[in-house]
Amino acid sequence: MPVEKKYETPLLDQLESGGWPSFVKEIKSAAEDNAMANDLLGLLEQSYQEKIGHWKHGGIVGVMGYGGGVIGRYTDLPEKYPAISHFHTMRINQPAGWFYTSEALRTLCDIWDAHGSGLTNMHGSTGDIIFLGTRTEELEPIFSKLTAAGFDLGGSGSDVRTPSCCCGKARCEWACYDTMGLTYYITNRYQDELHRPAFPYKMKFKMSGCPNDCVASVARADISIIGTWRDEIQVNQEEVRNYAKSGLDITKEIAMLCPGKCIEWNGNEIQIDNSNCRHCMHCINLMPKALAPGKDRGAAILVGSKAPIVEGALLSSVLVPFIKLEEPYDDLEIWELIENMWDIWCEEGKNRERIGEFIQRVGLGNFLDAVGLEPQPEMVAFPRDNPYVFYEEYFEEEEDQ
Amino acid sequence: MAVDLEKVKETMFKLIKDSAGMKKWKATDLHKACEELFGDEYDKRGVGKDAIKELVEEGKLVYTYFGGSYLELPHREGAAND
Ligand code: SF4
Ligand code: SF4
Repeated sequence: MPVEKKYETPLLDQLESGGWPSFVKEIKSAAEDNAMANDLLGLLEQSYQEKIGHWKHGGIVGVMGYGGGVIGRYTDLPEKYPAISHFHTMRINQPAGWFYTSEALRTLCDIWDAHGSGLTNMHGSTGDIIFLGTRTEELEPIFSKLTAAGFDLGGSGSDVRTPSCCCGKARCEWACYDTMGLTYYITNRYQDELHRPAFPYKMKFKMSGCPNDCVASVARADISIIGTWRDEIQVNQEEVRNYAKSGLDITKEIAMLCPGKCIEWNGNEIQIDNSNCRHCMHCINLMPKALAPGKDRGAAILVGSKAPIVEGALLSSVLVPFIKLEEPYDDLEIWELIENMWDIWCEEGKNRERIGEFIQRVGLGNFLDAVGLEPQPEMVAFPRDNPYVFYEEYFEEEEDQ
Repeated sequence: MAVDLEKVKETMFKLIKDSAGMKKWKATDLHKACEELFGDEYDKRGVGKDAIKELVEEGKLVYTYFGGSYLELPHREGAAND
């Protein structure tokens, strides 16, 4: 139903100028027939004028039985903007690799047009499909329609957040394991942990098919599963020569930038000392027709990264340098390791302490001891420099002396 | 012998009800309290998880979020507008 324009928005209007698509344009378009979007324009303009946000956080709203997936929002100016007195966000579990049919997208949009602001965020930083703005009484009807269409809510709060992955083998030749298959498996395996928050704080899984790490799992996930290989980089010398002929300076642009300093180019062939390769993908990215990851493929499991919220940002540390990730996934040993880590974190972690912060606090050496893993060289970022790993036998020897 | 599901539900509910307004309980706090009460008979991954799930599905408890996720008695939240 058409909605009458209620607000002048001179400050927001400025954000429509320029070539890039503007969120203001989208909100205005939604506001033509959605009262929530219309009031949102008024509230946002007021916020821009006053330089003050006008939102309150709600901590209880959700759907029956779930502890995640809905983030409560209310405006603190409900009399002035009644259509957005409730403006809750819903997180919908995205399909692995963000693949949809156009029909599935239409279904999602129809549900949202009927019950919410019509504004979405595809996709939020968590990876989920984000529905922006609905009322408390609309949550259950939306949830019923979503589940009938085969969708489910994602995670929020202190739970397993919606696992996300790169498109992996569905579209990318570098994928060292089936990221989408594993993500689907993890989503199903940890349904209880996803919907019923039971941890000190959030727990994110992100799966990347190779070290290019297109989902930034090394920086954004409590558990990063990053594809890699343990044999030799595959080389097609003919194609290497073609790259050189077409103007690529292999010495300057590849060999000299190789972090392992393990590439030599004699003008005719390249030699790679695979024992010193850091698996950074640089050479493969620059000569995709000539080089490819090895054939013995799997993944490294890393733990502990996070974006800055309560404390500063952290990158992941290697926990398992290499594991074959093949079906049946039920048989993989990593689940026991992950669940042991959760037990220790739940037992000893402080409220709102991410697992990476917990590991920093107790020390990686103690953490490894507690989860029953032996220290390995791959866990050390800077050999002879790293304070995390120590070898008890040294201390025993010293004591004996 | 494993501790009975109804017994765990009753215990968890009472812990939360008796301290409402004074203490916020996370799922991990409930598990720790039950481990102290029931010792080795208590399995947090089995009966512990099931108890919380049923209490929430029956509407006796709700999940809340204030910085972290908690389990509380259902109540009207302070921030809500009518
Ligand atoms: S992370 Fe690797 S496998 Fe995944 S999409 Fe990026 S390049 Fe391809
Ligand atoms: S992947 Fe990286 S470290 Fe390995 S050979 Fe290529 S550029 Fe060097």
